[in-house]
Amino acid sequence: MVNLACPVCGSSVEVPSDSLPGELFECGDCGAQLEYFVDEKNAASLRVAEEVAEDWGQ
Amino acid sequence: MNIGLAYDVVRFEEKSLLQAINHLGHVSKPIHVVDKEFWINEANGFDADFIIQRCVSFSRALATTTIFERYGNIVVNNLDVLRNTADKLITTSMLAKRNIPTPATAIAFNKQTALSIARKMGFPVVVKPVSGSWGRNIARAFDEQSLLDILELRENMPNPQMKVHYVQEHVDKPERDIRAFYVWGEVPVAIYRVSKMWKTNTALGGRAQPCPVTDELRELVVKAGDALGGGVLGVDILESREKGLLVNEINGVVEFRNTVLVTGYDLPSKIVENTVKVVKR
Ligand SMILES: Nc1ncnc2c1ncn2[C@@H]1O[C@H](COP(=O)(O)OP(=O)(O)OP(=O)(O)O)[C@@H](O)[C@H]1O
Ligand SMILES: [Zn+2]
Repeated sequence: MVNLACPVCGSSVEVPSDSLPGELFECGDCGAQLEYFVDEKNAASLRVAEEVAEDWGQ
Repeated sequence: MNIGLAYDVVRFEEKSLLQAINHLGHVSKPIHVVDKEFWINEANGFDADFIIQRCVSFSRALATTTIFERYGNIVVNNLDVLRNTADKLITTSMLAKRNIPTPATAIAFNKQTALSIARKMGFPVVVKPVSGSWGRNIARAFDEQSLLDILELRENMPNPQMKVHYVQEHVDKPERDIRAFYVWGEVPVAIYRVSKMWKTNTALGGRAQPCPVTDELRELVVKAGDALGGGVLGVDILESREKGLLVNEINGVVEFRNTVLVTGYDLPSKIVENTVKVVKR
């Protein structure tokens, strides 16, 4: 597990170290929907997840 | 084999497919398309024996499938199947051409012709966007006045597609529909989606229950899947009291979390195994 900061409220969110980019997590403190993200330098962080759009579905 | 998995959001489906790829002794290559650059004139290096398309956004699925195929990659589902299943008008037309039973359906471009169609079909009727999912913007009209209200709302929407009215007979079904899975010509598993609401989508609260794959169901689903071009599909069936089984629609980037949960059937492994067999041929 690794601890990453919630971009909304700043509290720490625990995520598995084998998470995939695009995997969703909820901040336990503020309830924000967050997405695991890895940048070009391979640094992991959380960003606010995309909202469901018109063209989503199966 | 090297098996790519193109995705934007990670759900149960994407995780279980990646797991199945690895458990079956293949190498999985997750491609999170959202943060990638896709050059069209030069090779992108997304090389794999085949790529499973899993983007939840249809626009991204369409764009990346196009680009993968442009470099000669095999994509499941391929571009034609993806496009044809995303559009209910195309799907219904392809099924009707092969005499596969569907609910009576007609297209109108204005309120008066839509009303005339509905009078001939008999109320209630269902009006759907030609492209869309999870039951969004699908409406049912019990009489002429509510149909006109629905058509007016549609015509005031900014999306010009909403001015194409896809009008369908309402099938008096038994508080459920059937979601059957077509995997390269086989029908390994099916579920009922049970709901007190007329839209039985699990995204809207419909409960999944195991559904036996009878010979009748299998035969219809295989015909429907073949008609759309094969691959890995979710075929939705309505049980009409008068007409029997009718194919309602076909999904090209299929969700199966609830199916695996209630049937225990290892659908992700089946998808990977059958696709590997087809690609080896
Ligand atoms: N003609 C019809 N008669 C009766 N019920 C219908 C009819 N068409 C759709 N429904 C109900 O509404 C639900 C949603 O319709 P449909 O599957 O066409 O929409 P969708 O948005 O493409 O859903 P998804 O792609 O998520 O399966 C169906 O699962 C079914 O229960
Ligand atoms: Zn937070």
